[in-house]
Amino acid sequence: MTVATQSPRAARIPSPGARRPHGVRRLLGRLAPLGPALLLLLIFFAGPLIWSVYTAFTDMALSGSATVQFTGLANFRRMFSDPVFVRSLELTVLFVVGSAVIGQNCLGLLLALIMRGRNRAVRTTVTGVVIGAWVVPEVVAGFAWYAFLYKTGTLNSILGHFGLSQDWLYTTPMLAVILANTWRGTAFSMLVYSAALSDVPPDLLEAAAVDGASGWARLRHVTVPLIRRSIISNLMLITLQTLASFGLIYVMTGGGPGDASSTTPLYMYQESFQFYQLGYGTAMALVLLVLGALFSLIYLRLIKLEDS
Amino acid sequence: MQGHTKATIVAAALLVGGASLAGCSSSGSSAGSKTITVAYQDYGDFTQMNTEMQAVAKQYEAAHPGWTVKLEPIEASENDYYTKLTLMNRSASTAPDVMYEDTFLVNSDIQAGYLAPLDSYLSSWSGWSQFTASAKSAARGSDGKTYGVPMGTDTRALWYNKTLFQQAGIPVPWQPKTWADVLAAARTVKAKLPGVTPLNVYSGKGAGEGATMQGLEMLLYGTGNQLYNTSSKKWMPSTPGMLASLNFIDTIYNTGLAPDQEDALNPNFGTTVATDLIPNGKLAIDLDGSWLPGNWTSTGAKPWPAWSTTMGEAPMPTENGQAPGSTSMSGGWVLSIGSHSADKQADFDFVSLAENKDNALNYDIIASQIAVRADVAADPKYTATNPSVAFFTNLVKVTHFRPAYPVYPQVSDQIQVAMESVMTGQSSPQSAMANLASSVSGIVGPSNMVPGS
Repeated sequence: MTVATQSPRAARIPSPGARRPHGVRRLLGRLAPLGPALLLLLIFFAGPLIWSVYTAFTDMALSGSATVQFTGLANFRRMFSDPVFVRSLELTVLFVVGSAVIGQNCLGLLLALIMRGRNRAVRTTVTGVVIGAWVVPEVVAGFAWYAFLYKTGTLNSILGHFGLSQDWLYTTPMLAVILANTWRGTAFSMLVYSAALSDVPPDLLEAAAVDGASGWARLRHVTVPLIRRSIISNLMLITLQTLASFGLIYVMTGGGPGDASSTTPLYMYQESFQFYQLGYGTAMALVLLVLGALFSLIYLRLIKLEDS
Repeated sequence: MQGHTKATIVAAALLVGGASLAGCSSSGSSAGSKTITVAYQDYGDFTQMNTEMQAVAKQYEAAHPGWTVKLEPIEASENDYYTKLTLMNRSASTAPDVMYEDTFLVNSDIQAGYLAPLDSYLSSWSGWSQFTASAKSAARGSDGKTYGVPMGTDTRALWYNKTLFQQAGIPVPWQPKTWADVLAAARTVKAKLPGVTPLNVYSGKGAGEGATMQGLEMLLYGTGNQLYNTSSKKWMPSTPGMLASLNFIDTIYNTGLAPDQEDALNPNFGTTVATDLIPNGKLAIDLDGSWLPGNWTSTGAKPWPAWSTTMGEAPMPTENGQAPGSTSMSGGWVLSIGSHSADKQADFDFVSLAENKDNALNYDIIASQIAVRADVAADPKYTATNPSVAFFTNLVKVTHFRPAYPVYPQVSDQIQVAMESVMTGQSSPQSAMANLASSVSGIVGPSNMVPGS
C-alpha cells in the first residue's frame, strides 16, 4: 500500500539540460506537500523500524542489565531451538489460513455473490450487519466474543437448554479466535468482491448460461478468472493484516491456555513485555516480517502464473 | 544538482525533526523541579496504597510549602504494573522519583541502573534504627548498598473456611501435617460440598509472581529442596522436590480439586479469590498471603466483618511432615528512589515521612501487613486490629526468602510457564521440569546450575 504514496510521474520527469532548473523547481513543488508526511514517517516509522532491527541483534532487556551487548545471531539461533516459538509460527500460519484465506476470503466472496442482483433492502440490511462487525474496535469485538464463548457466556446459556456445554475458549482456543476473526474481517473481503463483481459483464454470464454452463461452471470459468486480480490483492491485504493480529487474540485467550493460542505476535508480546526480553521479542518481529514477505511472494507468483 | 537538492531536503528534514524531538525531551525534564512523582499500583482489590499515598502527599505538601507531590497510581494487574513501571524507568523524562517496588524486582532494577542507593540518607534518619535486621536487608543490592525502605512484609499459609469445613464434617481447628492431609481435606470437600472449590493454589502466567511464590515455592520449600543453593551459588530447577511440587499442581488441577483452569489463568483471579470466592463461601481452602484481611476490613475492597470468625489459618505443612513441620515464604514491597531523580533528598524526605511510625502503623493496619518497624509491631493498636497478625508473625520462624538475584524474575517467569503447562495437561510434570531446566540453563548459564537429578 505504501507504493501508492510515491508519485509515479515524478520519477519519469525528463531532464534535458536546458529545462533542468525548471524541472527541479517543479519537482520541489510537487514534493513540498509530501514534506510533512515524509518527515513524520521518518521520525515515527523509520526510526522505530531501524531501532527494532538493531535491537533484534542485541540482548536488550527491560530490566536486569544496564548495558546492551551485541549478540549477533544468538536470538535467531535461540528462536529455532525454542519449541514454543516454532509452534507459534505454526499457529500463526493456521490462524492466517483459517481465518483470512479460507474464512474471510471465501465467506466474503460468497456473500458478494449471493447479494448480486438482490433488491436494495436486502443488500442494505446484509451490508449493514456485516460492516457493523468490521467497524467496532478490535478490543470491543474481542470482548463481545469472549462474553459469547466464555464458559458461563451466552452461547453456553443457549446450549444449556439442550443439555450441551463446551468450554470453547479453554478447549478449542484456536477455533474460537479463528471464528471471531472471520466474523470481524469478512466485511472487507465482501466489499472488495462486490466492487469486482460489478465489473463482470452480465452478457458474458448470460452467454455462458445459454451455452448450458451450470452455476458452478460459470463461477469457475467466467467470474473467477475475471476477478482474479481482485482476489489476489484481497488475499495479500488480509493476509498481512491477519499476520500481525494481536488485540483480538489477546482479549479472548491471552495466547493461552499454556501456549495453545499463542501466535507469534502474542509470543512476541509475552517475551518482550511480560518476560522483558526485548531483544528476543524484536528478533521474532523480524521473522514475522519475513513470513509476511513469503506470503506476498506466493501471491505475486500466482498472479504471474495466471497471466502466462 | 538534483541529488544535492534531495540531500539538502533530507538534511533539513532531519534537522527539523531532531529539533522538535529535542524540544520534547527538554520540556519533559524541566517539569521535575519542586515536584515529586510517586508511582504505585492501584488496582482490583489493592486500594490501600492509594489511600495511604494520598494521605502522605497531603502531609508532605503541608510540611514543605512550594512542593507538589504528583501521584501516579498505575491501574494494572501485577504483571502489567511491573512492565509499566519498568518502561517508565527506561527514560529520564518519565521515570518516577519515588516508586513502589516488589523486593523480587529490586536487584534486577538495581542492575539496570533504575534505582538510587539510599545509604547516605538512611544513616542520618533516626527512624531506620526501628527496622528489623531482615527488613533492612530486604532491598540490599549485591554491592551491599540499600535501595529501598520496606513498607511491611508478609508470610503465607493456608486459609480455610470453618463453616464449610464443618458442613463437610472436617474437624476444626484444622492442622494438616503433610501434603496428603491437605489433599484429603480437599477431596472430602469435593465429595461433600458440590459447587464449592476445594483448594486454590495459584498457578500459571496469569497470576504472575503470585503463582511462583504463593504456589510453587510454598510447595518446593517444604520438600527439602530449594530453588537456589546459597552455598554452591547454583540454581536448582531440576530436583525431586520440584517434581513433587509440579505433581501436586498436576493432581489438584487435573482431578477437580482446584479452580477451573480457565478461571485460574485469568490475571485478575487473585481479586476474584479475595473479594468473591472466599467471602461468598465458594472456596474452602486457599494457599495465600497474610495480607488477605486487608480486603475485608471496613476500608478494604470487600468489607466482610464476619471474616475473623469464618476463616481459620493453618501453617502450610512440609511434604511429608519433615522438620520443621511447616513452611512459609516472605517477601514484601519497598519504597525506592529513582536514579534519574533531580532532588533525592526531597524524595527521601517523602519516603521517610511515608514510613514514619504513624504512617507505617496506619498502612500496616489497613493493608494487613506484618510490621517491619519494632515500634509499630509493639503498638497495641496494631496487635489489636487484626486477629490473624499473631499467627502470621509467628510463621517468620519457618519462613524463606526468594533468591532475589537479578535473574530471579526471569527464572520465576519460566516457573510460571512450567506450572501452566502442567495445570492445563499440556505437559507431564516430568517433561515440564525438563523444559524448565533447559530454559533456566539458558538464563543463568549451565555453569550456574545444578544439572538435573
